[in-house]
Amino acid sequence: MTALPNSTDKKLGLVIDLDTCVGCHACVISCKEWNTSNYGAPLSDMDAYGAEPDGTFLNRVHTFEAKAPEKPAQIVHFPKSCLHCEDAPCVTVCPTGASYKRTEDGIVLVNEADCMGCGLCAWACPYGAREMDKAEGVMKKCTLCVDRIYNENIPEEDRVPSCVKTCPAGARHFGDFADPESNVSILSAARGGIALMEDQGTKPVNRYLPPRPKADVTGTSQIDIPNPFLEPTPQKAGGFLGWLDNALEKI
Amino acid sequence: MHPAPSVIIFTSLSGLGFGLLAWLGFGYPNVTGMTAFIFFFIAYALAVGGLISSTFHLGTPKNAIKAFSQWRTSWLSREGVMSIVSLLVIAVYAIGVIFFNQRWQIFGWLGSVFSLITIYTTSMIYGQMKTVPRWYMGLTPVLFLLYSLAGGALLAAQVLPAALLLVALTIVQYFSWHIGDGAFKQAGHTIETATGLGNLGKVRLLESPHSSPNYLMKEMVHVVGRKHAQKLRMIAIVLLGMVPALILLLAPANHMLVGVAVLSHLIGLFAARWLFFAEAEHVVGLYYDKR
Repeated sequence: MTALPNSTDKKLGLVIDLDTCVGCHACVISCKEWNTSNYGAPLSDMDAYGAEPDGTFLNRVHTFEAKAPEKPAQIVHFPKSCLHCEDAPCVTVCPTGASYKRTEDGIVLVNEADCMGCGLCAWACPYGAREMDKAEGVMKKCTLCVDRIYNENIPEEDRVPSCVKTCPAGARHFGDFADPESNVSILSAARGGIALMEDQGTKPVNRYLPPRPKADVTGTSQIDIPNPFLEPTPQKAGGFLGWLDNALEKI
Repeated sequence: MHPAPSVIIFTSLSGLGFGLLAWLGFGYPNVTGMTAFIFFFIAYALAVGGLISSTFHLGTPKNAIKAFSQWRTSWLSREGVMSIVSLLVIAVYAIGVIFFNQRWQIFGWLGSVFSLITIYTTSMIYGQMKTVPRWYMGLTPVLFLLYSLAGGALLAAQVLPAALLLVALTIVQYFSWHIGDGAFKQAGHTIETATGLGNLGKVRLLESPHSSPNYLMKEMVHVVGRKHAQKLRMIAIVLLGMVPALILLLAPANHMLVGVAVLSHLIGLFAARWLFFAEAEHVVGLYYDKR
């Protein structure tokens, strides 16, 4: 049944640090690699070498620019994957029972054997976390690497989602939000982690850490950012160079 | 939203079919034998044809049978269940009036009520979508029910009810466009709220996550053709309600002209239903800085 569980024992999810993410898309690629060769149907590509390549990805990195008046623009790389919502609208709209939320850990999954590829769950998701695979005709979404995190055939330190494991900047963290002492709960509390589009009432589990404010280098401040503790260097050169400078100005 | 032809045909035709069934089940028009057969044949052809068309956009149609299982939570599943129940119940009534000259009225009434519930479940597939503010309003089911009742009355040759319902439909359609135009803004979603970056200033997409449109953009961020929206609205409003209502009121006995009224209503209905999808804006577009 595509009814949602009243509560889940664990609330597994990700913390994504928008301050740290460098926008390298390594998580996108490693996600594609792991999930194309493991759980469920492969993530297909269409027209991969043509004019309009298109493919199924479970994780995408958008890049935004935020600009306040009279302030320098700030670039924010914004990875986006399933937020494993507590009140997941994608699950309840599913007519076949293919979409479900696991009672034990809160992971939202698609049973591809039951999916008829109607696409209604993708319509119901405000985040664009679900993509229909064109080759397979079934809906694909982030599994939180359910085939890694419990996988006893791989070393213990690798039992985290592929995107978390691969991130070179340490911008992605995996853990249990139901435990207030977990790494993700503490990190999210300390950095004021936010939920995306809360007004949609989806109660997402994943949290985004807002970027820290950047130093303003465009203002009237005289602080030399690379060498803040050095005396300012003289503006005018002396000696021969100074004479040359003056002479050339006068011509 | 992408205006998929299969879904436009499905909602338009099955809406008309179930609308006609609702009138027939209540005994309007009061016909038996061959005449009844023709009316029921048209109603079933529209309703079943529409339902079959809806399976054309499925990625894995072999699993469609499973769509009857989740009626407790899913409006799409409820729609599937209710349409089959309605078609079966009203079939008993149809057999009575066509072959035995008998009115097993309880099946007629039940079938009519179930047909109306079916139309309501169809409308809620869209009306439940909080992600599409233009659809997420109480007018959506009202609009779908009016389309079915008015179109059904027209096909059932109920002249005065059809004319009045067509006028009501035209007015409600106008207001749902009008209210729908402000719905996205009213819902308060912006690129700043979607990204949570509003405290840093004005946000724009600097670089797309992918170099060419993906499934999400093709399905949810359909902007092609919206430039003709105003013209199409004018065409729809004139053809779906005004022309048929005028014909019904001025020349109800002229079969040729009533045929024109039905054709006009169909064209208006398809135009309006195309707009229903093409103009609907999904909140995921905000992550692409597009509506």
